[in-house]
Amino acid sequence: MTRVGVKGIGAVSPAGWGVGPLSEALRSGTPVPAKDLQRPGWERPLAARTVPAPQPRPAFMTHPRLRRSSPITHYAVGAALEALGDDAHRLNETDFRLGVVLCVLTGCVNYSRRFYDEVWKNPAQASPLVFPETVFNAPSSHLATLLGASSLNYTLVGDHGMFLQGLAVAADWLLQGRVEGCLVVGSEEIDWLPADAIRLFHRSVVPAEGAGAVYLCRGEGDVALHSITDAHPFLETQGRADAAQRMRDQLPPPQPDHLLCDGTQAAPRADKVERHLWRDWPGPRLAPKAILGEAFVAAAAWQCVAAIDALRHNLAAAATVSVVGCNQQAIGAHLRRADQPA
Amino acid sequence: MLFPPSSTTSTARVVITGAGIITALGQGWRANADGFRTGRTAFRPVSVFDASRQRVQVAAEVDLPEDPPATALSPRRLNRMDRAGRMLLLAALEAWQQCGWEIGSVFPMVFGTTSGGMPLGEAYFRHAVENPLSHQQQATRVTNYQAQQQALDLADALGVSGSATIIANACASGANAVGHAFDLVRHGRAERALACGYDALSHMVFAGFDSLQALSPTQCRPFDARRDGLGLGEGAAVLALESLDVARRRGASILGEVAGYGASIDVHHLTQPHPEGRAARAAMSMACRDAGVSPEQIDYLNAHGTGTPLNDSAEAAAINEWAGAHAKTLPVTSTKANIGHLLGAAGAVETVVSLMALREQWIPPETTLEARDAACAFPVPTEPRAAKLEHVLTNSFGFGGSNASLILRRWS
Repeated sequence: MTRVGVKGIGAVSPAGWGVGPLSEALRSGTPVPAKDLQRPGWERPLAARTVPAPQPRPAFMTHPRLRRSSPITHYAVGAALEALGDDAHRLNETDFRLGVVLCVLTGCVNYSRRFYDEVWKNPAQASPLVFPETVFNAPSSHLATLLGASSLNYTLVGDHGMFLQGLAVAADWLLQGRVEGCLVVGSEEIDWLPADAIRLFHRSVVPAEGAGAVYLCRGEGDVALHSITDAHPFLETQGRADAAQRMRDQLPPPQPDHLLCDGTQAAPRADKVERHLWRDWPGPRLAPKAILGEAFVAAAAWQCVAAIDALRHNLAAAATVSVVGCNQQAIGAHLRRADQPA
Repeated sequence: MLFPPSSTTSTARVVITGAGIITALGQGWRANADGFRTGRTAFRPVSVFDASRQRVQVAAEVDLPEDPPATALSPRRLNRMDRAGRMLLLAALEAWQQCGWEIGSVFPMVFGTTSGGMPLGEAYFRHAVENPLSHQQQATRVTNYQAQQQALDLADALGVSGSATIIANACASGANAVGHAFDLVRHGRAERALACGYDALSHMVFAGFDSLQALSPTQCRPFDARRDGLGLGEGAAVLALESLDVARRRGASILGEVAGYGASIDVHHLTQPHPEGRAARAAMSMACRDAGVSPEQIDYLNAHGTGTPLNDSAEAAAINEWAGAHAKTLPVTSTKANIGHLLGAAGAVETVVSLMALREQWIPPETTLEARDAACAFPVPTEPRAAKLEHVLTNSFGFGGSNASLILRRWS
C-alpha cells in the first residue's frame, strides 16, 4: 500500500507563532503563563493561555477575506501556511489538488457570542457582517480562498479526537487519489463563554487557544502515518476508561525508544483515565496540554505536531499519540520516522 | 482501524436499505411522500422562539410528538434532548426499523448539522449573562448543545457503536454526510454506515438569515422571476447505507442506490456563489463521473434552490451549462418551497425526497412558482406529475462555498 507521509507541520499556540516556539516551550517544561480573561458579571477574571500577537503581523492577515475574520481563522491559516511551506506555490499547478480538513469543537465562538448577544438585545440590529463568520466552516472557507484550493474541503466538529479522525479522512482521500496533498488543521479561539464552561467540569484546567496543522502527502515526508485506531465512543455500554483501553489495544506495543504524546494536563480529574492507561509506558513522554493549556481540537493537533517534530529531530524512532477526548471518543495514532521499518 | 484501511482496492455498489424522515410536512415516509408529491407547503408563524422583532416571522416548524419515542435511553436522558436531537432520533428509528440491522452492531455514523443543539447553547448564554453566579443546569446545557452528544444519544438509543463523524459544511452538511458515508462503504472501509442530517430552528440562525435579508417576506419561490428569499425550516433524515453484496446476502429490502457523489468548494465569497455557478457545476460533473452517467441520463434534478436571487441564478447558470441541450427537458424543482431550508439537514432530507421520487415515480411539484425566471433553461414543474425516473441528482450548497451533489439510481 502507498505510504502516507507527513510533509509539513505548523502550529500557533500560547507559546507563539510556529512549531519552533511550541517545541521550545515543551522542552522547557514550564507552563506558559496564563493571562486574565474578563468574565462579565464576575469580579475576578478567568485565567486563560492566549496566543500572543504575531510580530511582525503576517501578510496573510491583509487578505480581503481575512479582514473581518476572527482569531480562529488567523490561527488556522498561520499553522496551515507553515505546514504547507513551499508547497503553497504548487497550488498554481493545474493538476495539484489540495484537500482541507478543518477540525473544531467550539469553533467561531467569539463572533457567535457577539452575534447572539446582538440578537438577544435587539434582533433588528444584529449585524449581517458578523453572522456569516459564526458558521463552523468559515475558517476552512477562508483558508481555501487564501490558498486557492477548490478541491475537497470538510469541516469536522467534535471533541479532541476529531483531529485524528480528520487525519484518517485526509489519508483516505490521498489513498483514493482524490487529492495530491491534504491539510488537516485543528483550530480554536478562546472566549469567556467556553472558558466559563470548562470550569463547570474541571476547575484546574486552564483554557487555551491556537491551532496545529499537519500536511499529508502520498509517499513523501520524513515521518510516516503508520496507523490510526478506530474512534471508540463513550457510550452507556463503553465508558471512558473502556474506550481508552480499546484504543490502546489497537496501537503497537510500547517500546523504550518510542515517544508517547498524551493529553494529560496536570488536572488530576481530567487526566485520570490517561494516567492509568499509560502508567507503564517505558519510553519518553510529552504532554503538550500541561504546558500550553486546554485548547480542545487544537490541543490534539499540538500533540500530533509535537510528536512529529520529535521524530524529525530523531528524539524517538516512533511516536504514539493518545487522545482521550472530553466527551465523545478515545482515539490514537502511531507515527514512525520514514527510515524505520513499517 | 481508521487507518490503514483493511482494503484499498474494493469498490462496492452502495444501496439504501433504510430511510427515515421528519419535516414540517410530518413524520415518516408516507406523510412526507404525500406532501411532496402534491406540493403541499408547511410554513406557519414561528412558535419555538420569539420572532416578534424579526422582519420575517414564519418558518416550517416540525410538530414533534409530545412523548419521546421509547428507546434504550433513560427518561432523564430523553428529557435532556433538544428538538434537534429528538428529530434525529425519530428519523433514525424509522430508518432503523426498515433496515433491520442488529442491536450491538458496530458501524460508522456520519452526521451533517450546522448547529447541533443551538437552542440549548442560546439558553446557556442567556443564563450565563443573566445569572453569572449561578451554574444551575449549565453543565447539562453545554453538554447537550454539542453535536457529538446528539450522536452519542443516537448510538445509545439504538444500542450500537462506531465512530461518529460530524460534518459541518454549512448547508451542504447533510449531503456531505450522505456522500461521506457512501464513500466509506463504496471503498470498503465499512460494510454499512448510517448517514444523518439534522437541524432545528434556532433564534440565532433565524435572526442571522433575517439580518442578511435572505428570508422571504412573502413566500419562498425558488427559480421564480420575482423570488425574494428563502424560508427556514427544520427536520432530520437518516439513511442506512450498505454494500449491495451485504444487503443481498441478508435478504434486505433495497430502496435505492447511491450512485455518485461530487463535492467542491466555491472560493468566490463567504456567502455568495460565483455568478456562473462554477463550483456547483464542478460538483454536478464530479457526481456524474462518479456514477458513470451523463447529464442526459438524469431524469429529475432536486435543486438546492433556496429562493434567494443570487443562489438560484448561479444554480440555474450551473445547471444550464452542465446539462447543455438536455436542460430544455430536464425537470428541476426545489422542495425548499414546501418545507423551507433545513440547513444542515437539507442535503439528507432532499436525498430522501429524491429517493421517494425514484421509488414512487413522481416529480415533486413547485406549487409556489408563479413566473419562471428566464435564466432557467429548464422546466420547473408546478403541478403534481408522474414520471419515469431512473436517475435523480440532488444539489446542496452552503455558506463558505461548500457544494455537494449526489446521484441516486432507482432500484428495480
